[in-house]
Amino acid sequence: MPALVARLRGRYDRNLWFAIFVGPFVLGLLVFVYVPIVWSVVLSFFDARNTVTPTDFVGLANYLDMLRDSAFRSSLLTFVVFALFIVPTTFVASLGLALLVNRTRFARTFFRSVFFLPTACSYVVASLIWKLSIFNGVRFGLANTVLGWFGVEPIAWLSVTQPPWYWLVIVSARMWLQAGFYMILFLAGLQRIAPSLYEAAAIDGATGWKVLRYITLPQLRATSTAVLLLLLINAFQAFDEFYNLLSSSGQYPPYARPPLVYLYYAALGQGQDFGHGSAGAVLLTLLIALVALVQGRFLGLGRRED
Amino acid sequence: MPGADGFNRRSFLALGGGIAALAVAGCGSNTGRSDGGGGGGESSGGGKPALSQWYHQYGEAGTQQAVQRYAKEYPDATVTVQWSPGDYDKKTAAALLTDGGPDVFEYGNGPTIDMIKGGQVADLTDLLGDAKNDFTPSLLARVTYQGKLYAIPQATDMQLLVYRKSLLQQAGVQPPTTVDELIAAAKKLTTDKVKGLFVGNDGGVGILGGPALWSAGLDYLTEDGRFGFDDPAAAESLRKLRELFTSQSLLLGAPTDWSDPSAFTQGLTAMQFTGLWTFPQLQKALPDDFGVLPWPKLNASTGAPSVPVGAYGASVSTKSKNVDAAKKFVQWMWVDQTDKQLDWAQSYGFHIPARKSLAAKADKLKAGPAADAVKFVNENGRAQTPLLWTPKSGTAYSDALSRIIKNGSDPATEIKAVKAVVEAELQRIAG
Repeated sequence: MPALVARLRGRYDRNLWFAIFVGPFVLGLLVFVYVPIVWSVVLSFFDARNTVTPTDFVGLANYLDMLRDSAFRSSLLTFVVFALFIVPTTFVASLGLALLVNRTRFARTFFRSVFFLPTACSYVVASLIWKLSIFNGVRFGLANTVLGWFGVEPIAWLSVTQPPWYWLVIVSARMWLQAGFYMILFLAGLQRIAPSLYEAAAIDGATGWKVLRYITLPQLRATSTAVLLLLLINAFQAFDEFYNLLSSSGQYPPYARPPLVYLYYAALGQGQDFGHGSAGAVLLTLLIALVALVQGRFLGLGRRED
Repeated sequence: MPGADGFNRRSFLALGGGIAALAVAGCGSNTGRSDGGGGGGESSGGGKPALSQWYHQYGEAGTQQAVQRYAKEYPDATVTVQWSPGDYDKKTAAALLTDGGPDVFEYGNGPTIDMIKGGQVADLTDLLGDAKNDFTPSLLARVTYQGKLYAIPQATDMQLLVYRKSLLQQAGVQPPTTVDELIAAAKKLTTDKVKGLFVGNDGGVGILGGPALWSAGLDYLTEDGRFGFDDPAAAESLRKLRELFTSQSLLLGAPTDWSDPSAFTQGLTAMQFTGLWTFPQLQKALPDDFGVLPWPKLNASTGAPSVPVGAYGASVSTKSKNVDAAKKFVQWMWVDQTDKQLDWAQSYGFHIPARKSLAAKADKLKAGPAADAVKFVNENGRAQTPLLWTPKSGTAYSDALSRIIKNGSDPATEIKAVKAVVEAELQRIAG
């Protein structure tokens, strides 16, 4: 027996220490991530209202209901449009910031910190500031005050849908929160580019856009891929700023409603309809997996580089 | 100093592991129930059962201390109050699925139909006794399903229209009695500084769904439980909300929403649809300068004025280890202890007691706008939403309202779409 124990513990108690260090976190992962995922898939095949231990098996009915549900479909569409817009815009904005900050000779650390700081701000807090002080609909809101100088009537940013000003509020909040973080990633990438490449390009007579096009961007390829993937995942997970900007008196309007917000109301609100909620979540996961696969194929994610 | 270095790293890791263990252990222990329990929820000394009672966070000062005091005075059980800020509805609904949920809890307008059908809440029919006739009948009807009572109404809340008397006088406007008059008044009251009317930053999507139907003489559901507003009058009434939204006289995008009196007291709007609970602040800010109205009827020949009425109801979870003790406590608190019920409705915020005999004793409700409000409840009060109006139906209707009000979609088409969803839900409940 002692021999077996000794073997189990491994040389220098390696296995024991492995278990001690990794065990709690694996346990946490199992309990809080994997079990819920599997449970949710199981729930999606049951009529599970106000219970997480349902008995009424319904097969694929929940999935069919969700696919037939026009509100759910339109939420998927919202989210695709949102991702199509926010991913390139944030990408360009943070790359631009990085290039600018990288070139300044003066107070570089200051600018870097200033643009990075919003990343530390919570989405909820930023949403409230956007909603209550910058983009509120009354005359004394910041945006409306500025418009007032030019004689423009106050706009109820988050209340009107024609034109859809609420997108401006949502997108600007997200840009402010995120651009700085990706700027730091790009900065790190920029600093890894060997100066000799630029020197060689200068000798060959390349200037301005040409340097950007033929030296900087190709050298940033690995960083760009990572940034694009992170941006996409973030867009998929859109919830906080949408919820905090647009929900009111327990309701969420039918426009600009990302799937997570819709499922939140269906499954976790007074609805407590876990069957349909889980089915929607599984569909959403499948969609994200599909997009990630397609993206991986195009951008060569995970392929060995250099 | 290699030794010190190693020690630091090790103690750091130990600390980290400890915190992780604490975090795991901490989960699920915060049920609001005292630890006296053990198996049967009996505390070790004296054999008094331990109960946990959940409330959402009431905004008025002193409410939390009040419910704790009531709980402490109960002789037959140790009652621990959990006071929940944030999203109380979702938190409670989730907790009811587990053993860590409350024994006694309040829920807006009583438990949902799916809580009742799922057997999550106990039948409280026999708790009322002789007091049954004393409760406001519409409130009891709202929490009764198939002849069984599932909650005891705690205190009545209502929503109504408030207006600035002085501003109406200046503009030469009479308090409106029809929706058309209301729209005209809002337009007349709008200046470059003040808007005419405030019905929430969403243009009324959240709170005017009910009043718009009642003002057309209709309701969410008919008395025999079928879809209630597939009717041209409803379409007409919803079109009026669109007209209001596009009239430039509606306050939109205010820093606070309809449930808060600030937009009204700070002079951003001349009229506001809000709740009775704002009265203490209104009386402080604008003494004698505000009047109240129900939401008006559609026009001279159609419909009736209305005010939405609701009540938080006290329910008992069937997952409780002591259902009987919990029921006894609810009976003691919300049926027998009339002085506490009066204190609850009157001493902190502004609510109408759920019982007629107590409403008659409530001094704050005897004069001025508050007395008018009580009159509206008795004459024009409508249950906020019917019990069979499920969250799914609610979402379908509010989506439709949003499209009608904000995008100008055709009300008749939108109503048809809502009808399909609601009928499927009704069938599901009946089935």
